[in-house]
Amino acid sequence: MPQMNMVQAINDALRVAMKKDDRIVVLGEDVGKVGGVFRVTAGLYDEFGDDRVIDTPLSEGGIVGAAIGMALYGMVPVPEIQFADFIWPAYDQIVSELAKYRYRSGGEYPCKMVIRTPVGGGIRGGHYHSQHPEAHFIHVAGLKVVCPSNPYDAKGMLLAALADPDPVLYFEPKRIYRAAKGDVPEGEYTVPLESASVAREGRDVTVIAYGAMLYEALDAAERAAQEGVDCEVIDLRTLWPVDIRAIEASVEKTGRLVVVHEAPRTCGFGAELVSLVVERVFFHLQAPPRRVTGFDTPFPYTLEMEYLPLSHRILPALLETARA
Amino acid sequence: MSPAREHAVELLRQMVLVRRFEEKCAELYGLGKIRGFLHLYVGEEAVAAGVLAALGPDDNVLATYREHGQALLRGVPPGAVMAEMFGRANGCSRGRGGSMHLFDVERRFHGGHAIVGGGLPVAVGLALADTHLGRAGVTACFFGDGATAEGEFHESLNLAALWRLPVLFVCENNLYAMGTALERHQAVPDLAAKPPTYGIPTERVDGMDVLAVEDAARRAVERMRATPGPAFLEVRTYRFRAHSMYDAELYRDKAEVKRWAEERDPIRLLDDDLRRRGWLDADARAALERGVEQLVRDAVAEAEAGPLEPVEDLERDVLA
Ligand SMILES: Cc1ncc(C[n+]2csc(CCOP(=O)(O)OP(=O)(O)O)c2C)c(N)n1
Ligand SMILES: [Mg+2]
Repeated sequence: MPQMNMVQAINDALRVAMKKDDRIVVLGEDVGKVGGVFRVTAGLYDEFGDDRVIDTPLSEGGIVGAAIGMALYGMVPVPEIQFADFIWPAYDQIVSELAKYRYRSGGEYPCKMVIRTPVGGGIRGGHYHSQHPEAHFIHVAGLKVVCPSNPYDAKGMLLAALADPDPVLYFEPKRIYRAAKGDVPEGEYTVPLESASVAREGRDVTVIAYGAMLYEALDAAERAAQEGVDCEVIDLRTLWPVDIRAIEASVEKTGRLVVVHEAPRTCGFGAELVSLVVERVFFHLQAPPRRVTGFDTPFPYTLEMEYLPLSHRILPALLETARA
Repeated sequence: MSPAREHAVELLRQMVLVRRFEEKCAELYGLGKIRGFLHLYVGEEAVAAGVLAALGPDDNVLATYREHGQALLRGVPPGAVMAEMFGRANGCSRGRGGSMHLFDVERRFHGGHAIVGGGLPVAVGLALADTHLGRAGVTACFFGDGATAEGEFHESLNLAALWRLPVLFVCENNLYAMGTALERHQAVPDLAAKPPTYGIPTERVDGMDVLAVEDAARRAVERMRATPGPAFLEVRTYRFRAHSMYDAELYRDKAEVKRWAEERDPIRLLDDDLRRRGWLDADARAALERGVEQLVRDAVAEAEAGPLEPVEDLERDVLA
């Protein structure tokens, strides 16, 4: 099986899907001739031509809006927003149009597309090349939101998203674009959306993480193990609709929960996850659930390693939760 | 020295300052002292130098993420700019912003803007406030050719024209938006054709000729001070280096870059002009260079000596 990094795996998924289904059209800023600023769409322009891989002007609202129009006709657009930090000019189209087409047309107008965009900090990008805005999209009914953490899932989930009837926001954790490597099958396979995976089994504390922070959670879990605390780390993969059964099953076993995410804490996705657990398996809990997250600040420039919920901040939360 | 001669030499010095400062930045980037994203203005210096020469201290300036030149020539001290790029607390934005977010409220330098198009409506608001407050200032807003595709560009032109606000729109047309050439991102690549449809007086100017840029900016500012309403300059320029520090430049011909750098370098053009007029001899030119080098050296020393932001400050300045 070929070894790939995240960039290669996503690129491969696009190529496999585009070969099979000519309704799929990629569009975005510098996705064509240049192949994307992170090279995720490299080679597609040459292989599929400029009517399937469209270089757009700087026009995020136009990119997503045009994708919606194509989707209404049964095409499968894959718009790229160069960094998630630049998605806000398109937010109106996403919230007001994309997310509501199916509902407001009584199911007449599905609006199937996959919006790809890199997220997250740790690359010294500062305020506008680092944010992880999942909560803004999970809060909008009518969207699916995914965030794979490894090349196998990245390819399998992108192929699943392209086969899914609903609009999917596909968040690519850019900090691990090249660092996360692994075996990726050739050709077609899918990793079902809405299925979390257990990245590490354990008995004492359930840790929920996703994207680049999964690796921080795993590292903290290894270090906790040296102190006698056995953590179960769940890689959420699909953030919404969330695989609540997997979370319940784990918390029923451990009785303890720590949620990790890079986005700010207040009204972050962790708040929803903790609420769901409290509502559904309260009587299994043996300790207050905890969140280890970014701070309630804009994404900082120099203090990003202090801002991010890295392993050294997760570890004490694991130990304290285990001993509470 | 005649005032014209003195002024021309000063414009040269300003452009050389921006050039040497940024060459130093590129070097420091290689050494890991400056990190993240760094967008150099090399080749485009005459735009900032010419336009800012036409403004006074009561005017406002807004720029993009490619704004080291505007900051320096608006008078933000080089040490404060360099310290900001290092992320040091003695930087002009207290190390909070980095290269793309230089601010200096005293000099009415209202920031770099990393979001393309983000500064345009803000410029309209500053001009609206000036108008309300009965202040005389104009607001100069720099943005790239790529920004003209964003909705905010069109909204801002319309608002400024509708409300007759003193906004000087300065389009730095360097012919590329990152990897996309002008004619691949604009239905009407003649950018000077757009603002007249909003009723905005517009001029196109050679951005490699600093004196021409200054003349055009002066004409625009004078008109705005006499009759309320915006003005638009399309300044034709070229970026000699990559879009940012990471960029394989697969989208343009090496020969094209070479031609611009060899034939249209704004610093070389003014150098030649001054020499032809006998306004700057070799000794004076060398002294100018030494003076700039010293400024840049001092700026780096100031940045190196600056403290990093303490971790306790992470949550400061989120709210009052
Ligand atoms: C809203 C938004 N979309 C995309 C980007 C990414 N981006 C940064 S600069 C740039 C190109 C801008 O081109 P232009 O306006 O011509 O300015 P130049 O860089 O040439 O000075 C792009 C696509 C961004 N910063 N903001
Ligand atoms: Mg440009």
